[in-house]
Amino acid sequence: MSMDLLRFITAGSVDDGKSTLIGRLLFDSKSILIDQLEALEKQSRNKEDGEIDLALLTDGLRAEREQGITIDVAYKYFSTPKRKFIIADAPGHIQYTRNMVTGASNANLIIILVDARHGVVEQTRRHSIIASLLNIPHIVVAINKMDLADYSQDVFNNIVIDYAKNAKTLGLKDVTYLPISALKGDNIVDKSENLNWFEGTTLLELLENVKLENDVNLTHARFPVQYVIRPQTEELHDYRGYAGKIISGIYKKGDEVTVLPSGLSSKIKSIEISGKETEEAFAQQSVILQLENDIDISRGDVIVKNENKPSVSQELQVLLCWMDNKPLVKGNKYLLQINSRTVKSVVKEIEYKLDVNTLQKNYDLQQAGLNDIVRATIKTASPLAYDSYAALRTNGGAILIDETSNVTVGACMIQ
Amino acid sequence: MSTNTTYNESHPNSPLGARGLDYLDQLESEAIHIFREVAGQFERPALLFSGGKDSITLVHLALKAFRPGKFPFPLVHIDTGHNFPEALDHRDKLANEIGEKLIIRKVEDTIREKKLTEPKGKFASRNQLQTFTLLDTIEEFQFDACIGGGRRDEEKARAKERIFSVRDEFGQWDPKLQRPELWNIYNGKINKGENVRAFPISNWTELDVWNYIRREKIDLPSIYFSHERDVIEHEGQLVAVSSFIRLDDTDVVLKKNVRYRTVGDMTCTAAVESVATRIDDIINEITATKTSERGETRIDDKVSEAAMEDRKKNGYF
Repeated sequence: MSMDLLRFITAGSVDDGKSTLIGRLLFDSKSILIDQLEALEKQSRNKEDGEIDLALLTDGLRAEREQGITIDVAYKYFSTPKRKFIIADAPGHIQYTRNMVTGASNANLIIILVDARHGVVEQTRRHSIIASLLNIPHIVVAINKMDLADYSQDVFNNIVIDYAKNAKTLGLKDVTYLPISALKGDNIVDKSENLNWFEGTTLLELLENVKLENDVNLTHARFPVQYVIRPQTEELHDYRGYAGKIISGIYKKGDEVTVLPSGLSSKIKSIEISGKETEEAFAQQSVILQLENDIDISRGDVIVKNENKPSVSQELQVLLCWMDNKPLVKGNKYLLQINSRTVKSVVKEIEYKLDVNTLQKNYDLQQAGLNDIVRATIKTASPLAYDSYAALRTNGGAILIDETSNVTVGACMIQ
Repeated sequence: MSTNTTYNESHPNSPLGARGLDYLDQLESEAIHIFREVAGQFERPALLFSGGKDSITLVHLALKAFRPGKFPFPLVHIDTGHNFPEALDHRDKLANEIGEKLIIRKVEDTIREKKLTEPKGKFASRNQLQTFTLLDTIEEFQFDACIGGGRRDEEKARAKERIFSVRDEFGQWDPKLQRPELWNIYNGKINKGENVRAFPISNWTELDVWNYIRREKIDLPSIYFSHERDVIEHEGQLVAVSSFIRLDDTDVVLKKNVRYRTVGDMTCTAAVESVATRIDDIINEITATKTSERGETRIDDKVSEAAMEDRKKNGYF
């Protein structure tokens, strides 16, 4: 049987037991090895209670261990016979919104942790809003610390009812609710007697069985050119291959294509994967395309099919998560990078700031600070071929780069 | 103009079976994408090649990324002088077979030219010193990007490292000043003197690498497979007897069937007892094993909890 791959993010703070949950998944799926466990025991001994602290598994940097918090996104790996899992472990406090946005950008699924004793709180709403902005296809609301709520079905049901209202407001689609205790291991990998009233699956079963095929778009063909391959040898004198990764859609030999933003058209002469010619290639594959005509194509161009074309424009409406300590100032210039294309751009307008806890819009502001999410208008120096983020994640996300520091300062979700 | 409808709500009967990729295909495609981003964004990249399985896997992926063209970078080997001869033979054979340029710079020369102090002790390792040679080589060739085989599953500090990781001109990594890395967009903008370390197999685990080597039938140096070797036992680890380590009177030289899980220097890489002579056997052993790759075979990582974090900050790969 072939294994596929699921990338997910866990949202929550230390207090929600997020690190304990990840530790539990790794521990119970036997992805923790003896030497790591020894190091863990050694560190746990330095703490007061002496029990093995699964949370320590995910705290990577010394500064974080000393402060007992997670500062940065860490990636963790485990697998079962069905799937390989990549966990983006991101801190959940409001001052780390940028890290959560970063971790969420590639995730197919998010686990939102809710403390059974506290129910849906401001942080839960914030995590849900970010999940919705980043368009994460699958949402798991894990109601944790059920052991501290007497494993009560009523507690669980009330939180579900409460969260469902929130999900409806945000338009979240695929939401699953699970009662768990990460600390005690209830309903994580194994079913629990304590939760015998719960008829759903365990967390791991859910992660193993979430359907991922609909997360990949096969109808809107997009191929950003990364690199042009020209061997210029005697036998391959005229070879001109466009190397890149198909980010959505299907390409077949003979397909009519258009190159954007130039608008020049041609036909696919050949498709190669790993040196072998093939009749068709599809989303997520890295390939080399050759075209019939010798037209001018370079890195940053997008080869699309003639149906379902993307928008081409120099003016973008975006939701922008600001990620730098220096504020975003209206009128400032940045480099904008979308897939393989980088262009100069200017932030023309900042329309409003979105309160990530309440969704309220705050108008009339001239600048935005670290972790703010704003609606802005960006003008680019040359045309871009893009889709709206809500419709096609892989061609609707862009980053802003500060040309003076080279730092990535903003994440744009194109509207 | 854009729309607010989701394009992929109704999916025309395309189950994962027909047009889905399994995890190795996805990891491979991601790695090729990263290779091509390096080629597209940098003037003078290099592929750091150690002769170990991870860098051999990188070469295999680079072939997939750039053939029928040539690699847009040379292979660069920082030779500590303490390498396994089998790994060096394999390095030369591979470079020759694929017809790509191989640059070798020796730690030996750096020690002589810069009057560095050779480390002393039983397992005197040049692991620390190779950072000097690496930084000199980067300066000599003005490399702006170095591609390496680092994986996030290897160690806690690596788990937070970006796929494009910026180093200052001293080769230093600052974990607190890392750039956010979103979607599949890699920001390779740097100032003169800085360079980027790029890690195409960041998201692979040890087992993924082995499964990929099996699937792709990638040829490896013989030391990865079981062979008989003279070893001594040191704090529970088996270390090959060679001219690079100091034998004491109390050491007992044993003949054992061993293989290597990682191939670093002969002074800082330990062997594991094994009778695995085929990749299938190795994968079975790894699946059953209870110790992580670095814990079992890297003598240099056990020093302190934050050992890797410290070395990375100082320019180690």
